[in-house]
Amino acid sequence: MDIQLKRGLLDVCVLAAIKDGESYGYKIIKDMKPYMEMSESTLYTILKRLESAEMLTVRCAEHGGRLRKYYKITSAGLCRIEDFKTEWKEIMLIYSFVTKEGITDD
Amino acid sequence: MTKNEFLEALRRGLSSLPEEEISEHISFYSEMIDDRIEEGLPMDEAIEGIGNPESIAFQIMSEHAPLEEKKKEKTRRKIGALEIVLLVLGSPLWLSLLIAVFSVIFSLYVVLWSVIASFWAVAASFVGVAIVGFITSGVFTFFGNVQAALAMFGIGILSLGLFILGIIGCIGATKGAAFLTKKSVLLMISPFRRKEN
Repeated sequence: MDIQLKRGLLDVCVLAAIKDGESYGYKIIKDMKPYMEMSESTLYTILKRLESAEMLTVRCAEHGGRLRKYYKITSAGLCRIEDFKTEWKEIMLIYSFVTKEGITDD
Repeated sequence: MTKNEFLEALRRGLSSLPEEEISEHISFYSEMIDDRIEEGLPMDEAIEGIGNPESIAFQIMSEHAPLEEKKKEKTRRKIGALEIVLLVLGSPLWLSLLIAVFSVIFSLYVVLWSVIASFWAVAASFVGVAIVGFITSGVFTFFGNVQAALAMFGIGILSLGLFILGIIGCIGATKGAAFLTKKSVLLMISPFRRKEN
């Protein structure tokens, strides 16, 4: 898959995983597992990218005697999900054109 | 492999990164392993599932490569303490050499501009001769010596012509000298100027 497209998709997936409330690294991977496999190092890069784009905020909290980072979506992050939905409708339209039968020119 | 061994291997692989970033990666993977163990996985499985620390470090470094190069370029011009000490200790030697070099360069400029100045002096003398010639010609006319008056007038015209030709040459020579001076000064200061990319 095209690297830019994949990167964009992964960003939205991670945003969707924290859409309904803050979450932490392992839970994000677990929640996404039925839909897509994501390695820890990939997740790290995406979280960093989304944080610097201000689409999520990070907070450290104690959990079971250790620190755990929690990620919370921002309004910019929610906007990104909405944009993705609109974009995807356009992409589906293009997809239906591309896969349409009987437009070969021989 | 224990959790500590995993994190140590990861740290070794990331050792060229800034400390702040290393600890951020370490705490991220530490949290991941702890969460897996908390979920009920045995430690071995929890760590194996995350992957090989060397290849994880390699992946992080490869994503980091362009950034690192930029940092190196920025710090390249920094002067260390040892270099400063050497500069100070060596100052009797390099300072006198530097002064000598600059004196030679300066004297070259003086020579160049003296030549230009002498050109202008020659041109000025022509104009002087022309003025004197015209005045003398007037004086001779006043006393009725037409031949001498004509001769003096001719000398005046000739000098004026030479002056005009001379001035063209002078302007050319001055422009040339100014160009040479500017270029050579720029060349000399170029190592000290910040290069713009």
